[in-house]
Amino acid sequence: MTGVMALMAVLYLGFMAFLIAYGFDTIFIVVIAAAFAVAQWYYSDKLALAAMGAREVSPQQAPELHGMIDRLVAMADMPKPRVYIADMEMPNAFATGRSPQHSAVCVTTGIMRRINAEELEGVLAHELSHVAHRDVAVMTIASFLGVLAGLLTRWGLFFGGGNRNNGALPFLVIWLVSIVVAAISFVLVRILSRYRELCADRSGAYLTGKPSELASALTKISGDMARIPTRDLRSHESMNAFFIAPALKSQNLHSLFATHPPLEKRLEQLAKISAELGRPM
Amino acid sequence: MGFLDSILGRRKPTRPNLDALFALPTASLTLQSAAGFTPTGVGSVCYRAPEGAAFADVQGDVQALLDADGGPKVERTVDDFGFTWLVCRHDTGDMIGLVTELHAVNRALEDSGFGPQLLCSLVGFTHPDGRSLGVVYLYKRGTFYPFAPGPGTQQRDNALELQARGAIEGDLKIEPDLSRWLAIWGAPGL
Repeated sequence: MTGVMALMAVLYLGFMAFLIAYGFDTIFIVVIAAAFAVAQWYYSDKLALAAMGAREVSPQQAPELHGMIDRLVAMADMPKPRVYIADMEMPNAFATGRSPQHSAVCVTTGIMRRINAEELEGVLAHELSHVAHRDVAVMTIASFLGVLAGLLTRWGLFFGGGNRNNGALPFLVIWLVSIVVAAISFVLVRILSRYRELCADRSGAYLTGKPSELASALTKISGDMARIPTRDLRSHESMNAFFIAPALKSQNLHSLFATHPPLEKRLEQLAKISAELGRPM
Repeated sequence: MGFLDSILGRRKPTRPNLDALFALPTASLTLQSAAGFTPTGVGSVCYRAPEGAAFADVQGDVQALLDADGGPKVERTVDDFGFTWLVCRHDTGDMIGLVTELHAVNRALEDSGFGPQLLCSLVGFTHPDGRSLGVVYLYKRGTFYPFAPGPGTQQRDNALELQARGAIEGDLKIEPDLSRWLAIWGAPGL
C-alpha cells in the first residue's frame, strides 16, 4: 500500500509541475477541483446517505443493531457513529463521514434479512474499521488528482481554444496528458481501494475475534449480489467504493479496475486469521 | 503522539490499568453511605470469545483457577450479543474478595494476549426499594461509570446514574464522555 501511495504522490507532483510549466491557468482549475474534493469529503455522509435513501434509526427503533454497534465501539474504543437503515433488497452495508466523530454506518434491510446476527456483527466491524481508518478522507485525497485531470479534459474543450497566451499545440498536449493522468490515477485509486478493503476485513476480524463469521457473510452477500439483476444495481455503481461488497459484478471487467479485492482473496486472508487465532499459545 | 504517528494514522491505545479495580471497595462504602446501595456480592467480567481452540483453553484454565479456592463456582453465560460473561459470586460483605477475583480474570486474559477481547467488568449493587445499579469498568478506557436499568424494558434510570456518579466520583475515575456509558442490558447480576 505504501508503494501505491508513493506512486500517487509522484503522479500528483509531476502533474502539478507539468501544469505550472505550461503556464496553464492552473490556479482556477486547481481551486475548483479542490473545492469539489473538500465538499465531497465534508458532505460525504449526507451525500452517500441521501443517494441510498437511508433513514437514521434511534436505539428504540433498532435496539439489536444499536446494541451490537455499542459493544463494538466500546471494544474498539472509538466514538459511536450514527446508525442508518436503507429500505433496499440489495444486501449491503457501508460507512461514511468525514471523521470518526462525524460518521455514519448504514445497512440495508436486504442484508439484515439474509445474514444472521453474528455475521452482521462481522460486517459492522468491517464498516467500523473503515471509519477508524478514515477511509473516506483517504479515498477523497487519493481521487483528487483524478477529479482534477477529469475536469481539465472536459473544461479544456471549452476554455482551451480561447486561450490567448498559448497556441493550439500546448493546449492539445495538456489535454492529452490530462487524459493519461486521469487514467493512471483511476487505476491507482482502485488499487488503493482494494488494499483498504483488505485492511478493514483484517481489523474487523480481529475486533470480533470471528473471522469465519465475516467470511460467511461475504460469501452469502456476494452470492446474492450475483443473482440480483444488475439493472437496479447500476444506479448505485458510484457508491461502490463504500460498500462491503461491490454492487456491480465485474466478471467481464479486468480485476485491475475493481474497487474490491476478489472474494477468494478476502476469504483466504480471513482463513489465515482464523488459523492464527486457533493456534495454541 | 508523534507527527509520524498522526500521518500514518496510528493512535496510542489507552493503557488499561487493572489496579483501578481495587478502588471499588472504597467506592462501594461511599455508595452505601451516600445513596443506600449495598453490594449484591455478584461481579462479572464481559469479553468477546474469539473462535479457535487457543482461547477456549485459556478460558478453561481461568475458570479452573478460580474454582480451585473452594468458594462458589464461577459461572459462564453468553448473552444475546454473543459476549461471554464470567460471573463471580461472593458474600455481600466481601467486596475485596470479589474485586480480587475480577482482577484475576482480567489479568489472566490479558496475560494470555486476549486483552483486546475484554469489554468491561461489572459489580452489582442493590437498594432496599428494589432498584439495582451496576458499576462498570470499561477495560479499553480505564474508566468507570454507573449503569442503572430502569423500570421498563431497555430503559435506563438516568437520574439514578447521575446521582451515583456524584457519589462515587471522588473514589473512581469516572468516564467523562457520557456517550461511552454503554448500556449492558441483561447483564448477569443486575
